[in-house]
Amino acid sequence: MQHAFLAGTLIAAACGAVGYFVVLRSQVFSGDALSHVAFTGALAALAFGVDPRVGLFVATVAVGAGMGVLGQRGRPDDVVIGNVFTWVLGLGVLFMTIYAESSRSAGGTKSVSVLFGSIFGLSANDAYVAAAVGLAVCLAVLVLARPLLFASADAAVADARGVPVRALGIAFLALVGVCAAEATQAVGALLLVGLLAAPAGAARRLTVKPWRGLAFSSGLAVLVVWVGLVVSYLDGSLPPSFSIMAAAAVCYLAAVTADHARQRRRPVRADVRGRSVTLQ
Amino acid sequence: MSALLGADVAHLSWNLVDDVRQLLQHQFMVNALRAGAVVAVLAGAIGWFMVLRREAFAGHTLALVGFPGAAGAVWLGVSANLGYYAFCVTAALVIAAASTGRGRARGEESAAIGTVQAFALACGFLFATLYAGLLTETNALLFGSFLGITSAQVVTLAVVAAVALAALTALARPLLFASVDADVAQARGLPVRLVSALFLVVLGVAVAEASQITGSLLVFALLVAPPAAAQRLTSRPGRGIVLSVVLAVAVTWLGLGIGYFSSYPIGFWITTFAFGVYVLAHAASRLGVRTC
Repeated sequence: MQHAFLAGTLIAAACGAVGYFVVLRSQVFSGDALSHVAFTGALAALAFGVDPRVGLFVATVAVGAGMGVLGQRGRPDDVVIGNVFTWVLGLGVLFMTIYAESSRSAGGTKSVSVLFGSIFGLSANDAYVAAAVGLAVCLAVLVLARPLLFASADAAVADARGVPVRALGIAFLALVGVCAAEATQAVGALLLVGLLAAPAGAARRLTVKPWRGLAFSSGLAVLVVWVGLVVSYLDGSLPPSFSIMAAAAVCYLAAVTADHARQRRRPVRADVRGRSVTLQ
Repeated sequence: MSALLGADVAHLSWNLVDDVRQLLQHQFMVNALRAGAVVAVLAGAIGWFMVLRREAFAGHTLALVGFPGAAGAVWLGVSANLGYYAFCVTAALVIAAASTGRGRARGEESAAIGTVQAFALACGFLFATLYAGLLTETNALLFGSFLGITSAQVVTLAVVAAVALAALTALARPLLFASVDADVAQARGLPVRLVSALFLVVLGVAVAEASQITGSLLVFALLVAPPAAAQRLTSRPGRGIVLSVVLAVAVTWLGLGIGYFSSYPIGFWITTFAFGVYVLAHAASRLGVRTC
């Protein structure tokens, strides 16, 4: 339980921070695709008898950077993503079969745990590694944050001012890859998109200021994981991945409701981008 | 596959006619080919519009929402297929209602879709955990069960596909107009939002239908790759749709055929062929090959 809390907290903080930029840059689909890549990476490593974490990180970082390279300005296109990740999932099925044949038993169980996570099953060692990586991702986001914000808000102007927009896009997708590999261990390959999207979406609803939004997003993600862990601890029949996702969905819904209520109270006008802005 | 049937039954030779005869000996294989063709025709046609409208993420979410539907239905003791249809169509309506269209920041909309999707999957996982015996079936729901199809199921699939295709045909012209230029279509008095919503419902039905064969995660092999390849090769709508359908059927049959003889899963073969078709089309269009 302590290990789950330690790892969960830092993983959530990393996901929240990265997720804020994912939502800001409308790259939720990319994050989703990377999470599916994580599945294949883990099963490939299992099939070849390596530590699944090696497979996770190698696969997600490589595919993340690759998608960035293929896309324009470091942003891949929907159809490319859809095609790539379906094939990657197909490969995942292949590795699952190979693994099931070689180990003669737990292929199905293992794949379910990779897909949906098992945060209570983390050992002390796993938890320390996960926490360290989570911390490193948070620091990397802080370092990248300023130029990345500029590049995300207005790529053309940033480019003109000498910000390496393309390289930033690629580096960012690689970072999303690290984050996906990390979070797969906690909530599973299929569910981590919730941890990326929900707190960040909620933070964007609550504030338009970028730094505050970044802090909110990380904070909400941590809160969501804590609530999920406690709920699952108290009621053993609920898997922790489900509780965490339910908390994330509630958090997003609450933010949307609060935003609507606030907009109704104050006069609203639209800014240049069509986003609604409240008059002070 | 061959391990399942015993080595003496399935062996590939250079005599293709003989291979095909071997394939068609088994009723389950015939059913799989029939069902695969039905699903591929539907997915190829509807996928063409989905790719045109850049709604791949919405399609993906609909596909994933089918999983909790099916898992929930199995848990409650109802047919999994019913769960697929109910959840996919409901999710299509929700997404249609949530997307207010242009003017709203796209990032926020995708955040909403992502949240819905993750929550739906988590529900599916919960249902699967509650129904303790489902563990092996979880993988079947996610990655498909190509070979357990009965003749009655094929008929149901065909009927639903016919209805969906009829709806798509009725919708095709306004949908095409609204997809290519929503503003002009709106100005000409076309109910763009209604058309988009109807399309999402048809997409939901198609996804639910395809999921029963390919599983929730691999639907995209048929829904995205053949249409994307077709759009690379021709920009004409009519030809594009026909090409997309043909490619989808070819990919499915080839995948089923090869999967029968090899020991690797059919889902892997189908996705690989679909991806191969897309890459080839991409390369061909780079080289300047366009059918028109």
